[in-house]
Amino acid sequence: MTKRVLVVASAGGHWQQLMMIREAFDHHDVLYMTTKDGVAQQSGASPFVIVPDCNRNQPFAVAHSFFSITKVILRYKPQVIITTGAMPGFLALISGYLIRSKTVWIDSFANPEVMTMSGKYSKKIATLCLVQWEDLAKREGVEYAGRVI
Amino acid sequence: MILVTVGTQLPFSRLIAAMDHITDSLEEKVIAQIGSQSEKPLHMETVAELTPVEFEKYMSNARVIVSHVGGGTILTAQRLKKPLIVFPRQAKLLEHRNDHQLDTARNLDSLKGIYVAWTEVQLEELVQRNDLIPAGSHNSKERVQLVNRLKLFIDE
Repeated sequence: MTKRVLVVASAGGHWQQLMMIREAFDHHDVLYMTTKDGVAQQSGASPFVIVPDCNRNQPFAVAHSFFSITKVILRYKPQVIITTGAMPGFLALISGYLIRSKTVWIDSFANPEVMTMSGKYSKKIATLCLVQWEDLAKREGVEYAGRVI
Repeated sequence: MILVTVGTQLPFSRLIAAMDHITDSLEEKVIAQIGSQSEKPLHMETVAELTPVEFEKYMSNARVIVSHVGGGTILTAQRLKKPLIVFPRQAKLLEHRNDHQLDTARNLDSLKGIYVAWTEVQLEELVQRNDLIPAGSHNSKERVQLVNRLKLFIDE
């Protein structure tokens, strides 16, 4: 059955990790969300929306970004949200939690020893939280289910 | 041509200075994307911030790519099948807020076509080698496993 799936990744490495797992969702009704114009077009990812980027050191940017992301989520009503980070992806999980979407956080492979801050928080709110290294999964009490490289 | 990149977020003057020094004794052209660093290198050509499309064009034309341990650069090198030399940022030198680049580098050391330079001397040796192999396959069993897990999650 086709589902409405929102996939979220900041421009750069997070986006590239998302592109590595496209086959998991591209037969569904997908909406891509990223933070920089040109990124989705280059990957042939459509339809897409662009939301403002932010990080945890910029509270006003976080609020602005959260507002934009929530607006999209309330309109699209995704049944599933998948994100590879970073902060905007985490914000999407919060909005998804509020409207009871199923959510999955995939922590970046570029953090093999310690989970990212957003990843740690997502353990509490995401339906599924994955890390890409086996030893890290054991230490953090989350699931390991493969890696993009 | 050798392409040097430090990503767009933070400067990485130690890598730029090391590559600039190495370039002085090379006959090969070196192009560097130096990020937010203001001081220009002497021997390398530099490029301003590039769009993803432009950046990929430079990467495709390179013989070898020299980079910080950026996730995006690693995946792109694998996709374009280019040899990649990575030089990790270190928190104690204020090059990043933590040592995840050192951690990642340790875990990548066994991957095909990805070479870790832990020191400036190793960096120079690697850059001068002409037998570097292209970064490896994009279709690891780990990637397939992750895709299948996500399919299951979406459908359940």
